[in-house]
Amino acid sequence: MTVQPLPRRGLPSIRTVVVAASAYVVAFVFLFPYLVMILTALRPQDELRDPTYLPSTFAWSNFTDFWTGGLVGNLGVTLQVAAGSTVLVLLVALPAAYYTARFDFRGRTAFLILVLVTQMFQPTAMLVGIYREFFQLGLVDSVWSLILVNGGFNLAFAVWILNAYFSSIPRELEEAAFMDGAGRAGALFRITLPLAMPGVVTALIFTFIAAWNEFVVALTLTTSPENQPLTVALNSFIGQYQVDWQNLFAGSVIATVPVIILFALIERKVVGGLTAGSIK
Amino acid sequence: MQHESPLTRVGRALVPLAWVGPAVALIGVVVVWPVVVMIQSSFLEISRFGVVRGSNGVDNYAKLFAEPDFGGVMVRSLVWVVAVVALTVLISLALAQLFNQRFPLRNVARWALIAPWAASVLMTAIIFKWMLDPEVGFVNMVLHDLGLLDAMGGAGADPLGNASTAFPWLIFVAVFVSVPFTTYALLAGLSTIPADVYEAARMDGASRARIYWSITLPMLRPALTVAMLINVMNVFNNFPIIWAMTHGQPGYSTATSTIFMFILKGSDIGESAAMSVVNFGMVVVLVIVFLKVSRWKSEVA
Repeated sequence: MTVQPLPRRGLPSIRTVVVAASAYVVAFVFLFPYLVMILTALRPQDELRDPTYLPSTFAWSNFTDFWTGGLVGNLGVTLQVAAGSTVLVLLVALPAAYYTARFDFRGRTAFLILVLVTQMFQPTAMLVGIYREFFQLGLVDSVWSLILVNGGFNLAFAVWILNAYFSSIPRELEEAAFMDGAGRAGALFRITLPLAMPGVVTALIFTFIAAWNEFVVALTLTTSPENQPLTVALNSFIGQYQVDWQNLFAGSVIATVPVIILFALIERKVVGGLTAGSIK
Repeated sequence: MQHESPLTRVGRALVPLAWVGPAVALIGVVVVWPVVVMIQSSFLEISRFGVVRGSNGVDNYAKLFAEPDFGGVMVRSLVWVVAVVALTVLISLALAQLFNQRFPLRNVARWALIAPWAASVLMTAIIFKWMLDPEVGFVNMVLHDLGLLDAMGGAGADPLGNASTAFPWLIFVAVFVSVPFTTYALLAGLSTIPADVYEAARMDGASRARIYWSITLPMLRPALTVAMLINVMNVFNNFPIIWAMTHGQPGYSTATSTIFMFILKGSDIGESAAMSVVNFGMVVVLVIVFLKVSRWKSEVA
């Protein structure tokens, strides 16, 4: 609850100790699988299937070996897809969000409803359609199809959050710069965009993470191993009989830890963006 | 509007198109068109290599509904969604309450909660699969050291290889990845409750439990509703957890309709499209519910 008794000086109350201890335990539980992942990635090759809790030594070389292993190419695909989708979303969402925030036009409401509805749909629900469409377009097994699909399904979040930022920037600020001779574009780039930067960064990181983590579309649309992003490659790796576990777990850590850190930067704004239109 | 010449009307309509058009086009190509293709495909006979052999009428649907596993898959999907969302909401209500208290290093503890939300669901599923490995998995190691492994089925106890234990574990992992977002959404909801409401209730001598039931829960309702609907969508559409951990096996005993659709895609694309259409119909119903419940009108206007 929001109201707390006034903090007492001296020792913390028993209640605070219990609350803090429970919270730390919960925090540990939610971090636990990722700690296991990191510890497993650091096991020496010959200890991997030992039933021991901790490795005898930390084999940091597993991580350096990753860069010469077979999964580096897949990491490259993941980077291309994530970066490509992010650029696509920014190019498409920025003008749309700006225009809907600044101007009233016929179809504005329809457009915003379309965006809101899109946010509720996930590619899994129409996977067969996506597969058939890109099959007909001859774009199966191509990085471009993954960029398009990831861009399309993350567009809604970006439009929504950018629209909110642009709406919150007073029109007068922009008009003042325009009057001072900055020009429409100058006013937009020098005044409005910098003020909307937190929203832009949030949309950017959110799209990047979502495309980076995506699995089912990539599983459906890629056929050759070298065109698969890291998620698909790691999953098929596990199904094989002879598995290079070190490479697999080093890859898992590389696929996981960076996005957790990135996500921490935007977490506060994401809740608002995802539940937009409802919690106010 | 009525007195405008048609040409000016066209011109006025074109300006927004330049700004908003690319977004509409992208949504059209990636979200709307696949739905059309999917519905079309559900009435076609398609080989598994993608060759269209002609119209199939409603045979794909007839074949789908006649699948011996269809009924079980649909019931399991319902159990999956209801169990995961209900557990997620209950746990998140408790955790939101806990993480809303003041204690040292609260931000660090909250940060830890982000991990399963930010990480790829697939990665989380893979690591749980590893922890549930019968021989070297953490779970069996702990059971062994506690002397419980024999009671649980001996050294060969394979939690994911057994239908009766696999599905609960899948539900556990789905709850695990759903709780962080839900807790954060509820924390955001809690922060909107004004402090003086609590003060007034306390002045009136209301007990903690009474305050929670009569003030906190009702005021959390908007946040709770939206978080629940988003969860229902995510859980219904969830594919990576089941796919990575069991592939819907043994048999179809852990397959939901999403998994079933994907398995069918390997043998009969038309039937798989029919399953997709059924799934999609259920998602549409959920979206309509969402639009009714959420306050999109005030946001859009």
